[in-house]
Amino acid sequence: MSKERKMTLTIPREEFMSPGHLACQGCGASLAMRLALKGLGQRTIVCIPACCWAVIDGPFPHSSLDIPIYHCAFETAASSASGVRAGLDMIGDTETTVLAWAGDGGTFDIGLQSLSGAAERNDDIIYTCYDNEAYMNTGIQRSSATPVGAWTTTTPVKHYKKERKKDIIGIMAAHGIPYIATASVAYPEDMVRKFKKARETKGTRFIHVLSPCPAGWKSRPEDTVKLARLAVQTGYFPLFEIEDGEKWTLNLKVKERKPIAEYLKLQGRFRHLKEDEIVLIQQEVDSRWAKIQKNCGL
Amino acid sequence: MKKVIMGNHALSYGAMLSRAQVIAAYPITPQTQVVELLSEMCADGTLNAKFIKVESEHSAMAACLGASLAGARTFTATSSQGLALMHEMLHWAAGGRMPVVMGNTNRAMAPGWSIWTDQNDSLSERDTGWIQFYCSSNQEVLDTVIQAFKVSEKIMIPSMIVLDAFALSHTYEVVEIPEQDKVDRFLPPFNPPWRLNPDDPHAFGGLTSPDHYMELRYKLQKDMEKVPALVEETGKEYEQFFGRYLGAVEEYRCSDAELVFVTSGTAGYTARVAVDELREKGIKAGNLRIKLFRPFPFEKVRAILSRVPKVAVLDRNISYGHHGIFYQEVKSALYGQPRSPLLFGFIAGLGGRDITRDSFREIAEYALKKNRAEEEIVWIGVKK
Amino acid sequence: MSKKKEARKIVFESAKEMPAVPMSLGSMLYNKTGAWRNIKPVIDLSKCIKCGICWKFCPDASIDIVDDWPQINYVYCKGCGLCAEECPQKCIAMVEEEK
Repeated sequence: MSKERKMTLTIPREEFMSPGHLACQGCGASLAMRLALKGLGQRTIVCIPACCWAVIDGPFPHSSLDIPIYHCAFETAASSASGVRAGLDMIGDTETTVLAWAGDGGTFDIGLQSLSGAAERNDDIIYTCYDNEAYMNTGIQRSSATPVGAWTTTTPVKHYKKERKKDIIGIMAAHGIPYIATASVAYPEDMVRKFKKARETKGTRFIHVLSPCPAGWKSRPEDTVKLARLAVQTGYFPLFEIEDGEKWTLNLKVKERKPIAEYLKLQGRFRHLKEDEIVLIQQEVDSRWAKIQKNCGL
Repeated sequence: MKKVIMGNHALSYGAMLSRAQVIAAYPITPQTQVVELLSEMCADGTLNAKFIKVESEHSAMAACLGASLAGARTFTATSSQGLALMHEMLHWAAGGRMPVVMGNTNRAMAPGWSIWTDQNDSLSERDTGWIQFYCSSNQEVLDTVIQAFKVSEKIMIPSMIVLDAFALSHTYEVVEIPEQDKVDRFLPPFNPPWRLNPDDPHAFGGLTSPDHYMELRYKLQKDMEKVPALVEETGKEYEQFFGRYLGAVEEYRCSDAELVFVTSGTAGYTARVAVDELREKGIKAGNLRIKLFRPFPFEKVRAILSRVPKVAVLDRNISYGHHGIFYQEVKSALYGQPRSPLLFGFIAGLGGRDITRDSFREIAEYALKKNRAEEEIVWIGVKK
Repeated sequence: MSKKKEARKIVFESAKEMPAVPMSLGSMLYNKTGAWRNIKPVIDLSKCIKCGICWKFCPDASIDIVDDWPQINYVYCKGCGLCAEECPQKCIAMVEEEK
């Protein structure tokens, strides 16, 4: 029976990323790039600051992407991309998409100023933050994207992270940019659709992609997609879009959210958490989910 | 066409005539007029360029580098704190071989806040791999911008054009504004040997191991070594087009001098007046004004100074724990030469304190009566 | 549209051969990451329903579609196990790599 059946792919077939790159086994970030490029296509230039992808692509004189890359300084993903866009426009290329591809460190922390600058100017770039929730490239130190309760090398178990994850979506929405979206590598069709949509939109576009990291999350490499799915299904990382900073649309309406404990227990970085601490985390997830539901008019 | 313009506007006109395509700049006293005029020129169509109103100098240089790598001609301007903030990106520009041209108004580094002229800001960047020109007149500023684009784009190394805060940036002088079509013939459009191009994709600046890094930097140095000759050649070509020659150094009455001042910036012109006055008193003074500081014009400096008995280097800067920077550089250029003069180092004018003809008289008096350099640093005009 | 990429490690004999900037001149295909594995996925095609999920989730683009079937590219497959984990039919087994 299966011999007559045709394989129908739900996302574009063409690859813009070769194998042979240096990502860890089961890396969410490499899957994220693979999917993003399927949505953006060949006519894309990417600015990659210091982050895992600065290394994943491979050392000089080799590369694993089929698009041009400008490896730029850590805090300059957005400012470099703004410059590339202006340069391309002036040499007569208004077709090529300019993508800034930064980690959570280069977005939430050191790169926040230049991102805010670009967003305020509404520069014509697609800024993607692939979020593995810590400074993974330098060996798993906390960032302001690290969630409450997580172990990192700078938030050891005795002093695990107490501060809330910075609300980057709220910050970007406050800039009133034309398009904001969250995406998860467990939902490739949704993710590809969002990159395609971003490509067709003018102005500053911000896409926040959750990228599980087996090394830093202390999870099994084969669980990366499962974790990216559970994050959505628990309401920890809802999938939604915001247009012009105001119109919120929930893409995946989760009727019965799974308990956050199911998500946390697959990750060694949360292993030290006690029951009462998990309850607090659940409460925070619940209240954030409620806010997002409300924003989406639900 | 002659216009009476300030030094800052000479930078703007230079960028406009060079048809800069992307300008990303952040205002800082005393550079603001540069970007204000460029903004106007972009707005009224005099200059067809994208002006990115960045939110800091670090982003200014980052944006310029992105634009440059995309294939556009880029320009920016800054000063002191702003230049310091861009420091990381200055290394990036040189190592990334992006031929950005930047105007820098020499202004003292804080703390305390000072908006007045001092060379520590630009000289702190001497090791980054940028070509550095020190200008003494508004005409020179404008002419140097245009030539810098040509030199930088030929050798793919960025250039900095430095002028004194207020003493030049805000001083109005008569400047001959070259005709656009002549400049177009002198300076063709930017045509980089590599760029970000989806039709020919490359990754720029990836992880570079010890196996490769040194050769890349060796190549940068080798190309830097070609710059003095390139500046000469470009200068002669510019002279054919526009009748003015700049070159790497300006020699004034040095051939029979018993004492030569080594100067830069506006002090370099004050020195010429001082030289004439001293000559009237029977002292055979001369002035060597250094315009191209990086790469250092070793040959020219050696050729001119080796025949002179005494040299007095004036620094409007200091490398703490050592000496004035022009002094250090001249000294190292003269080391081991078959004939080298007795060298004196003077520091004056920090934080905008005036350097006058009296300063030079004081320097001459000191240098002429000493037969050996007794103090490492001679401070001029400091109330000790 | 991508040009044919060579799986060849580029070696420079001298500075002259190098570009002036650190720009890539070749593909990472020379880097056979299959050597990283301890376990490898094996697809039982008799159970495969051609859903394409394994291909979709490979972070290393190491599952090819050949004659409409998924085929593991063992030259590059790092053995992460995502394909086996996500396969709805559970027709991919992770087996020990032979020494």
